[in-house]
Amino acid sequence: MSKGLRLDNLRVALEGGSHPLIPVDGVSLDVPAGQCVALLGESGCGKSLTALAMMRLLPEGVKVVRGDVSLDGESLLDLPERDMRHVRGGRLAMIFQEPMTSLNPVLTVADQIRESLAAHRGLTGRSADTEAGRLMAAVGLPIERLSSYPFQLSGGQRQRALIAMMLAGDPTVLVADEPTTALDVTVQAQILRLLKTLQQERGMGLLLITHDLDVARDMADRVAVMYAGQIVEWASRAQLYGAALHPYTRCLFQVLPSIDRRGGRLAQIPGMVPAPGTALVGCRFAGRCPDVVERCRSEPQALRELAPGHWVRCGQAEPGRLASDALPDARDASSGDVKATPSPILELRNLAVHFPIRKGLFQRVAGYTKAVDGVSLDIRAGQTVALVGESGCGKTTLARAALRLIEPTGGQVLLAGEDIGRLEGEALRQKRGDMQIVFQDPFSSLNPRMRVGEIIAEGLAALRPELDKAVRATRVTEVLERVGLPADAFGRYPHEFSGGQRQRIAIARALVVEPKLLICDEPTSALDVSVQAQILNLLADLQQERGLAYLFITHNLAVVGYLADRVAVMYRGRIVEEGEAAALLNAPAHPYTRMLLESAPGKGMTKVPEPGTRARIPSDGCAFADRCPMVMPLCRTVAPELKEREGGSRLSCHL
Amino acid sequence: MRPVLLWTDGLIFLLVAGLIAFVVLVRRHEHLRAPWRKVAANPVAVAAAIVLLFFTAIAILDSVHFRLALPAGPSGAVHYSPEVKSVLDVLSGPLAEQQEKSYSAPFATHLFSRETVTLPDGRQLRTYPRLRYGGASLHDPERGRSGDILMRTAEGLAGGALVWLMLWLGLKPVYGKAASRRTIANTLLALCLISGFLVALATHYHVFGTDKVGQDVLYITLKSIRTGVLIGALTTLVTLPLSIGLGVSAGYFGGRVDDAVQYLYTTLNAIPGVLLIAAAVLIMQTQLESHPGWFETGTERADLRLLFLCLILGMTSWTGLARLLRGETLKVRELDYVMAARAFGVSDVRILLRHILPNIQHIVLISVVMDFSGLVLAEAVLSYIGVGVDPTMSSFGNMINGARLELAREPVVWWQLAAAFVFMFVLVLSANLFADSVQDAMDPRSRRNA
Repeated sequence: MSKGLRLDNLRVALEGGSHPLIPVDGVSLDVPAGQCVALLGESGCGKSLTALAMMRLLPEGVKVVRGDVSLDGESLLDLPERDMRHVRGGRLAMIFQEPMTSLNPVLTVADQIRESLAAHRGLTGRSADTEAGRLMAAVGLPIERLSSYPFQLSGGQRQRALIAMMLAGDPTVLVADEPTTALDVTVQAQILRLLKTLQQERGMGLLLITHDLDVARDMADRVAVMYAGQIVEWASRAQLYGAALHPYTRCLFQVLPSIDRRGGRLAQIPGMVPAPGTALVGCRFAGRCPDVVERCRSEPQALRELAPGHWVRCGQAEPGRLASDALPDARDASSGDVKATPSPILELRNLAVHFPIRKGLFQRVAGYTKAVDGVSLDIRAGQTVALVGESGCGKTTLARAALRLIEPTGGQVLLAGEDIGRLEGEALRQKRGDMQIVFQDPFSSLNPRMRVGEIIAEGLAALRPELDKAVRATRVTEVLERVGLPADAFGRYPHEFSGGQRQRIAIARALVVEPKLLICDEPTSALDVSVQAQILNLLADLQQERGLAYLFITHNLAVVGYLADRVAVMYRGRIVEEGEAAALLNAPAHPYTRMLLESAPGKGMTKVPEPGTRARIPSDGCAFADRCPMVMPLCRTVAPELKEREGGSRLSCHL
Repeated sequence: MRPVLLWTDGLIFLLVAGLIAFVVLVRRHEHLRAPWRKVAANPVAVAAAIVLLFFTAIAILDSVHFRLALPAGPSGAVHYSPEVKSVLDVLSGPLAEQQEKSYSAPFATHLFSRETVTLPDGRQLRTYPRLRYGGASLHDPERGRSGDILMRTAEGLAGGALVWLMLWLGLKPVYGKAASRRTIANTLLALCLISGFLVALATHYHVFGTDKVGQDVLYITLKSIRTGVLIGALTTLVTLPLSIGLGVSAGYFGGRVDDAVQYLYTTLNAIPGVLLIAAAVLIMQTQLESHPGWFETGTERADLRLLFLCLILGMTSWTGLARLLRGETLKVRELDYVMAARAFGVSDVRILLRHILPNIQHIVLISVVMDFSGLVLAEAVLSYIGVGVDPTMSSFGNMINGARLELAREPVVWWQLAAAFVFMFVLVLSANLFADSVQDAMDPRSRRNA
């Protein structure tokens, strides 16, 4: 009897409808105590359902129909619910993605930790207080935070509090379902390091469910790659990242954008994940696999051990065939790199957006939240400028102010030399066609009550009312075809499309009015990596064809490295560093830029910086001073200005 | 015969036309149809909808009004009776005319209270006199009554079953192979049997007894249905423009508009609703009474009073929905597709019509159906305290009000209250059940679980 969690041929079925759907089909997995196992897969592959199944928390109508889950040799599926309650949160604990909703907002952190202590360890009173204090120290929270309510904590602190709660039951295995997806990179790095340290110190098993290859690389001892309800590859980290054998895993590595793939096209995985309802005989990846042979489609594939501890569900894979690239290689660096024309399309001059904070009975303005505080930025035709920063730094507000969806408080927005801040009514409307926006969430950006054709034609109808219906329809069809959507998309509703297709619709909607500038507000962060590659390729092609300028707002530095010409790093409403992408990413000058780059996952857990708290907003001095590892007395009194440096870059730092 | 179009008649027809237009619209759009299909698959909802339709049908029959021509006078000019009748009055035939002297219990053959009767030979006797119509055909009511009632019940049930069979075969193209056709059949059967029973017995007995002035309670109850349905439906017609217009513009435009609307509804909400309604009704009442020349008939006056009651109820009850819609609009207006439309310079009106309204319509629908039953009950309460509909108009509230004092009698005169209660209960219950399933089907949160 070994310590740890074991899944044996687990099969989960969704009942109802004509035939049951099988979202999880025969998953076997071992999470021994003292090891970290990553369950890696794209959305919809069944990884979260697997986790819920082993916690016995499956939603109504979903059932485990076969297989077993055992913890320390004891089968969990047969336990009566009363005993299962002790296991859950006790020996088997789980933390969820959204720290906001996993804590009860009306109880203090102490109440919630003590609840767990009382339920699983029988600790109450003084001893519970001591233990709670110890747990807080273990997760790196100051002990005063025990009396805080969840809303008083930042996202990272909340996740720490949740981890403390889960540790209260002294679990053998901790299940973490995308624990850092909702967090900023800097916070993500801290939480991941905390989880890793705890796992090693306590000899816990850690099952990390993630979609992020880099996070898995930093954390896991062994990795299970899941595809369409099955584990397709199960190997140690070194084996997987050194020599992945399953075509799907290899494809995943190739679609990742990175600074090395700059200028080239990203590889794409054709097709889509088969729907859980489709009856599949052969390999589930066969329809998209570059190495597919006839046998794959007709014969079911079993997991085979190709090397010691390296299991692969592929009949074709052999340890020897490592060098072969699964996908047609990325195209060479684009020869006709559109040279930036000298005149900028969009110039922001000292743009500021301040939101008044109102207080008291008469709504007196007590102060301002300076969401955007004096930003100057140029974007030239055919150029991609990436705007990088943590959440809440004012990136999205900047984008909306540039489009005049929000009225700027100060400064100018020049579109092809003309100040659109002064335009009103009809004149402004004429200009709106020149710049368009693509949003992050492809689900909220399309009106669910309108057909795709209507959605795309809306911009034309508003901006070019002189066009008659037939012309409009032709244009819509053309643009649909250009972004790679089927022609029959015209009459269908958005809910019939996948996330990637919806993002294509959103791009088509922006494109149909022939803008010169496209503002992309995290256009790929809600998408899976394989879909992200398709969208990034599409954006690159469109830029080449039409000389579009992009303002690309993102927090994903790999994407920045892949496609941006220039990068502007934003912190608390101001640009702290701006310059050529390659130069800036390779030799960051500002401490904040360095911190962001070092926090990005995928480099191992060596150099994670410890960013300080962000609680205080300094009235004068550098806004970053509180978190800066290289802070000097000068930083606290005098705010640095954004100064030009040699090589056309700008920096705002006293160093 | 001269047709009379009362104000509320016109509005109820308008409402029916609107309902039909809505059904047509829903049938054309797949995304609108999908939730209704869910409603149609729910047996409880289907049964409730049929009962509601039945009630509505009675209300519509009762809304086609006319005045009969009087026998031509010596001058040859045609005069019309001052009494306004409806199709329902004609259909219910003798029910309206078979008026007794005073109270009589259900299925009674004698009056409820003793009276002094002068016998043919001049003697005076205190006894329970025979009813003029109830069980009049019986020679010996003591012995023949039960048999007669049983006979007629059997006849009525058989007739009802026959009608049901014909309906079932005739409606085949409508229900087709619908999943809930068993429910449809059962509900229709229940309605047919009950109707058959009532039709067979009502002509010879007072099924629900008679009231103080000897009117058949069943007839009054049937007439009350129209009042209840009208109050429920027309009031929402008044509230909708107010709550949608004000709520959505407060949420969408924000700023001063929002302040103004919020000020308005918080102020309105701060005034006790009943007080406001009572004050408005009393003012209106004196106005109507001081201008008797405005109306040709008493029915017209009562009708106008009903309309005003709907208006007043609407004025005070729009705030809840407006508040809900304001919140929902605040949410929707921040969604990216609205942002995208604004980035295209789409005008506010178009954004409201194409992006906001279609995405909040489910809330409107849910609250309309939910409010219906609340309003029917509100009418009863208001009429009970004397600020509701005209006292001459049949309504559940007036019936309850009329039965109030008699409950203290010994033995109790219970049937008036019971009849009002049963009918109102069925109407409100089916409206509630229907509303519940509409909410289940429309609410995106429950859709996710499904």
